[in-house]
Amino acid sequence: MATAKGDKPVNNGVNVEALFGAQEALKNAPEAAKFKWRSTVEWINGTHSRSTIEGFYGLGAEQKHKKAFTFDADHPEVFAAEDHSATPVEIVLAGLASCLTAGVAAVAQARKIQLRSVSATLEAGMDIRGILGMDEDVRNGFDGIKVTYKIDADASPADIKAIVAQSQKRSAVYDIITNPTNVTVEVA
Amino acid sequence: MRTTAVVIGAGQSGLAMSWWLAARSIDHVVLERGEVANTWRKERWNSLTLLTPNWQSRLPGFGYEGDDPDGFRTMPETIAFLEGYAKRVSPPLQTRCPVTAVRRTADGYEVVTGQGTWHCNAVVLATGAFNIAQIPAVAQCVPPGIAQLTTAEYRNPERLEEGGVMVVGAAASGAQIADEIHRSGRPVTLAVGEHVRAPRTYRGRDIQWWMDATGLNDERYDQVENLRRARALSSFQIAGYADRRNIDLNALMSLGVKIVGRLAGIRDGKAQLSGSLRNLCELADLKQNRLLDTFDQWAAENGVSGAIDPPHRPESTRVEASPPLGLDFDRAGIRTILWATGFRPDYSWLDVPVFDPKGNILHDGGVVTEAPGLYVLGLPFLRRRKSSLMDGAGDDARDLSAHLAAHVGARSVVLDTPGS
Repeated sequence: MATAKGDKPVNNGVNVEALFGAQEALKNAPEAAKFKWRSTVEWINGTHSRSTIEGFYGLGAEQKHKKAFTFDADHPEVFAAEDHSATPVEIVLAGLASCLTAGVAAVAQARKIQLRSVSATLEAGMDIRGILGMDEDVRNGFDGIKVTYKIDADASPADIKAIVAQSQKRSAVYDIITNPTNVTVEVA
Repeated sequence: MRTTAVVIGAGQSGLAMSWWLAARSIDHVVLERGEVANTWRKERWNSLTLLTPNWQSRLPGFGYEGDDPDGFRTMPETIAFLEGYAKRVSPPLQTRCPVTAVRRTADGYEVVTGQGTWHCNAVVLATGAFNIAQIPAVAQCVPPGIAQLTTAEYRNPERLEEGGVMVVGAAASGAQIADEIHRSGRPVTLAVGEHVRAPRTYRGRDIQWWMDATGLNDERYDQVENLRRARALSSFQIAGYADRRNIDLNALMSLGVKIVGRLAGIRDGKAQLSGSLRNLCELADLKQNRLLDTFDQWAAENGVSGAIDPPHRPESTRVEASPPLGLDFDRAGIRTILWATGFRPDYSWLDVPVFDPKGNILHDGGVVTEAPGLYVLGLPFLRRRKSSLMDGAGDDARDLSAHLAAHVGARSVVLDTPGS
């Protein structure tokens, strides 16, 4: 068990030994590191749809979550929709928040820093004239995302900032959002 | 032809190795593709100076004796310094002797050159870490009509077209070249990925004085926490200018250089820039401050002789509120792209299976364990943090020459004044 400077065991609930073990195991098996993440979606009605996530591929084999997870998405009433669930762009924010926060816990554990509480608020600006097709100069997506963390931990402010910075450096969703990705959409 | 050891390369590493082999009375030859200090002669830009001060080129049996110990050598001075060292070592040297193949044999190695084949028990690769300029795959998407060159091909701003220049990469080379080109009147856009920020001078002392005094430069490869990362780290974002000015991103922005995110892609003739600039600058600022904390703590614990300024922290990197995510080369007037995206060693002539899947040579502190009798020198953090500095060649060569001596069964006596 990792211990802090005061010899108190640090436990953020992250098994970093297993993660370092995976690094070691994958060093000579780069094929096993190749994952495929999958999601399916069914249209329900209007802007309401339901995504189901269960299987994925990794470590050279098909894998399954413990159970199928479903995520509804819709749009709010100000969009003349029925608001059955959060909007897709809000779910993107949730994905970023969860990815960064998981990273904060993992990095803190690796650096032997005990976390007491971690919370963040996220805000993203968007000019909806883009999605409404009113102005070609306005992009559809966010014009920026602001994430503000509040972290209580056994560490200096600089060390806490360094954890959050390292979490961004290693975050998949942060990379997906900040860098271009080729998207291919086909009709089967 | 037969000898005990063949040293390939006559830069600081190969010459230092020759010194130690002579000291151990090990028969050897030094093969050099061109002239002594060839890379420094042929493959670097005109204004380049060493990034380490003159006093810090301490080679076995040789050092700086001039009256400007804190200055930085120009390229001609660096070449002259190494020529002086070659005279001092007077190695069994063959110049203009490119090696075309190194293979294992029943009892060692054969080294095939343009001037015949050598058979030997041990081979030392001292050809350096900075042979081939690395260019990212995105270079293939650069629109036609825009000139492209690497730091190995770049000589001076005047050879570039008039107009804007995008410099890709902000380690020491990229930052220095951005500074120089922008001052020539060609507006520079600098695409910034991960970088290592550092001040040239801290508390009135040179950064390399601190690295040396605190022992950080001597930190060993088997002591450092994450060796893979330490070896992959880019160089300090510093220059060796006479006025000792910084060339960090704040300094470049003050000149008027446009700082943008990492070049992530090119589509329809437009650059796609990463939105991660703010975090990369934050990481570099935090890392710089941790380094300065280390210096301050060392100074407080050990005391520093002579005057020293009080501790201070440089201004955080000034990242604009919304850095651009795209850039139209045409509209921005960019005529040239300069790739300052690093170098890798060239081992294309090494026919011995000692590489990892990415083509890096596998070694333990310079000892190529899969091929007994094969050694490598001069790579980043090979045995110590200073391994790729001129100042690091001597200690690494001494250690590896001891291992080599044991391998070839030489007596372990070291003579006092070899090579003279």
